[in-house]
Amino acid sequence: MTPLLTVGNLSVTYPTRTGIIEAVRGVSFELGRERLGIVGESGSGKSQTGRAIMGLTPPPGIVRADALSFSGVDLLAATPSTWRDMRGSRLAMILQDPKFSLNPVMTIGRQITETLRHHENVSKREARHRALEMLEAVQISDPERVFSLYPHEVSGGMGQRAMIAMMLVCGPELLIADEPTSALDVTVQLEVLGILDRLVRDKGMGLIFISHDLRLVSSFCDRVLVMYAGRIVEELATADLGGATHPYTRGLLDCTPKIGESRHPLPVLERRKEWAA
Amino acid sequence: MTIRIENLSVTFDGFHALKSVSIAVDKGESFGLVGESGSGKSTLLRAVAGLAPVSAGTIEVNGEALLGNRRSRAFRRAVQMVFQDPYASLHPRQTVDRQLLEPLAIHGIGDGERRILKALDEVGLGSSFRFRYPHQLSGGQRQRVAIARALIVEPEILLLDEPTSALDASVQAEVLNLLEEVRGRHGLTYVMVSHDLGVVTHMCGRLAVMKSGEVVETLAATDLAGGRMVSDYSRRLMVASKGFSREVAPV
Amino acid sequence: MTDPSSPAPSTAPNESWREWLLTAEPRSRNQARLGRAYVTWRRFSENRLAVTGLLIIVALILVAFFADLLAPHSATVGDLAGARLLPPGSPGFLLGTDDQGRDILSRLLVGSRITLAVVALVAIIAAPVGLLIGTVSGFAGGYVDAVLMRITDIFLAFPKLILALAFVAALGPGIENAVIAIALTSWPPYARLARAETLGVRNSDYIAAVHLMGASPTRIVIRHIMPMCLSSLIVRVTLDMAGIILTAAGLGFLGLGAQPPLPEWGTMIASGRRFILDQWWVATMPGIAILIVSLGFNLLGDGLRDALDPRGAGR
Repeated sequence: MTPLLTVGNLSVTYPTRTGIIEAVRGVSFELGRERLGIVGESGSGKSQTGRAIMGLTPPPGIVRADALSFSGVDLLAATPSTWRDMRGSRLAMILQDPKFSLNPVMTIGRQITETLRHHENVSKREARHRALEMLEAVQISDPERVFSLYPHEVSGGMGQRAMIAMMLVCGPELLIADEPTSALDVTVQLEVLGILDRLVRDKGMGLIFISHDLRLVSSFCDRVLVMYAGRIVEELATADLGGATHPYTRGLLDCTPKIGESRHPLPVLERRKEWAA
Repeated sequence: MTIRIENLSVTFDGFHALKSVSIAVDKGESFGLVGESGSGKSTLLRAVAGLAPVSAGTIEVNGEALLGNRRSRAFRRAVQMVFQDPYASLHPRQTVDRQLLEPLAIHGIGDGERRILKALDEVGLGSSFRFRYPHQLSGGQRQRVAIARALIVEPEILLLDEPTSALDASVQAEVLNLLEEVRGRHGLTYVMVSHDLGVVTHMCGRLAVMKSGEVVETLAATDLAGGRMVSDYSRRLMVASKGFSREVAPV
Repeated sequence: MTDPSSPAPSTAPNESWREWLLTAEPRSRNQARLGRAYVTWRRFSENRLAVTGLLIIVALILVAFFADLLAPHSATVGDLAGARLLPPGSPGFLLGTDDQGRDILSRLLVGSRITLAVVALVAIIAAPVGLLIGTVSGFAGGYVDAVLMRITDIFLAFPKLILALAFVAALGPGIENAVIAIALTSWPPYARLARAETLGVRNSDYIAAVHLMGASPTRIVIRHIMPMCLSSLIVRVTLDMAGIILTAAGLGFLGLGAQPPLPEWGTMIASGRRFILDQWWVATMPGIAILIVSLGFNLLGDGLRDALDPRGAGR
């Protein structure tokens, strides 16, 4: 089976006045219809990797790769119009804060139907019907009401659900979620993760879950890439997390305080230069 | 009793952010306030600091009853606050040096040179950080500067408003260790707000679980960790904090 | 960025200076400040148009300073008998002469002093007033805000030139009164701007932090809020300079600003108006001078806006 996404030797660089910043340096991986986690601290290049796959690297960033293809489409050679067709319909991305990624002057329902009608030739009624269905699928109890609300009128958790509904309404093959629940409360976080988990499984899409929280990612994904200073330092199946060998991965695992554990002081993450090499 | 809050209510434009809340914090204690957004935990902290419109109830700090949002000079020195977002709590146009000098200047404390170097040293930033601007620092370093700024006037009480939630998990450990170390050294009293039960049980001896402007229950951190809580809400919060797992995921 | 062909000794000190300025670990207050200024200057100097604007303004200042040395003739006393209304390029009169036989170039050079003085005085009076009213209003809120902003609105409601005219008419014509009138009419936009900026930072955590330290409102406004308003205010004032020059010229043109024989540019245009068809240069030359200086200020202001933008401060 050919992989859904192939990333070969991906690098993202930003030229600045004081020299070139290498945000991502030679990242390679393949993704099938599975759940892949990318973990790292801020500045590790995890979000830049996700953005590069979506073709959303902000200028003046430069994306280079030996291979970057998504189910047979060469993303490196994609034209803006190919990108527009792909994004939202076959490739989708969920960002951290729904406040910034939903259009504040459009109702949630309209945003979902617009996305749908942009990519598929469906009637208004059909679009509305599918949008409501999708809102129901993200466990919004009264989709009719939420459909006609503006983003500022809903809570963060509801907004993120609407965002997920909007992103999944066209049935994408790959979903990239960049810290999708960091802005949410713990109990809401769980619900949103549960919804995401179910949809990804039911629809059989590929998922890239980007987060700084290794435990969260490992509880959610099949496989984890640990990034440090723009590189992948370790790749492992979540089942083998306990057997992580790289000291950086171990450090990430150990540094969060856990309930019912008394470790004073907490072990602190080491960062060694040679890991970045 | 260092902080005693009784029947405190806070109302913003008709919205009851706090409904008759009472808590008491002993001297030298580390007290946690846990809850989700909208639970009023940050509002409670801000009310103590004089940043929230108190509509009823009393706040007493070090035996001194606080009226409205007026605070005495002694209070301003004895009680310091560390904010959630280190990107927003440091003045973007001032060097670290200037930010640390400001509290000294306000309180008329001399010997600035020595105190600034000592404070930087204490939070694990060397003197090389002294003349940097906030944009030249990482999130963790900024939070260290914010802590240094709070410590430089030698306070007795630190109000911590989610001091690590804007930081990476890995940087969080460093900042939490620093906070514990500082508390041990100076015998400080902490009131810490957090949404993360793991952080609060790690840092605090006792904690209050809050929900929609009310205290659901007050209990020892060990009781919470041991599952000896009374209210269902605390239990739910506890389950949620254990992290995502397919078995408990709501369907 | 180093040029490999240039000799090493000349680049080395240059490089070390740059390093010293751009270091992430300044060792003194002054080094930090200079480093910041240098970064701002680098951002500014990348913009060629802005540098052009700056050069024009520097040239204006130099000309105003050395006008006596540069001017070939007297600016006020002309040669009525032999040199009336000579066209540009006449021997000894590069830009021609006016109806009183005065050398237009000399008048323009000396007149630059008046222009510069008007601009500087207006900026010195209006900007601080606007800044103070705006920040106090924004920070205090409530009644203070309402009262101060309604006053500002009243001033804003009148067209600037008309209001200035009314003031000058009341105070009497003359360059000093023109300056006062223009200053009185140009502070309200600055107050509005400063208030908007203040509202933006007032509820930020760093202001709450100094408030919690026990800083007095005066201290918060002066030491913490005003610096945040300053850069956008400087940009706005610079962009307004052109307008101020034009208003001053307009008042001069209407005979309510500088009085003859003062070589104020607007007044010069007014006096050249009578023979604009036959002796076009009399009115045109001061017009070009106003155009160049206004353009210089606008270019400078645009460049400053990019260079001082706090959002770009990190880079």
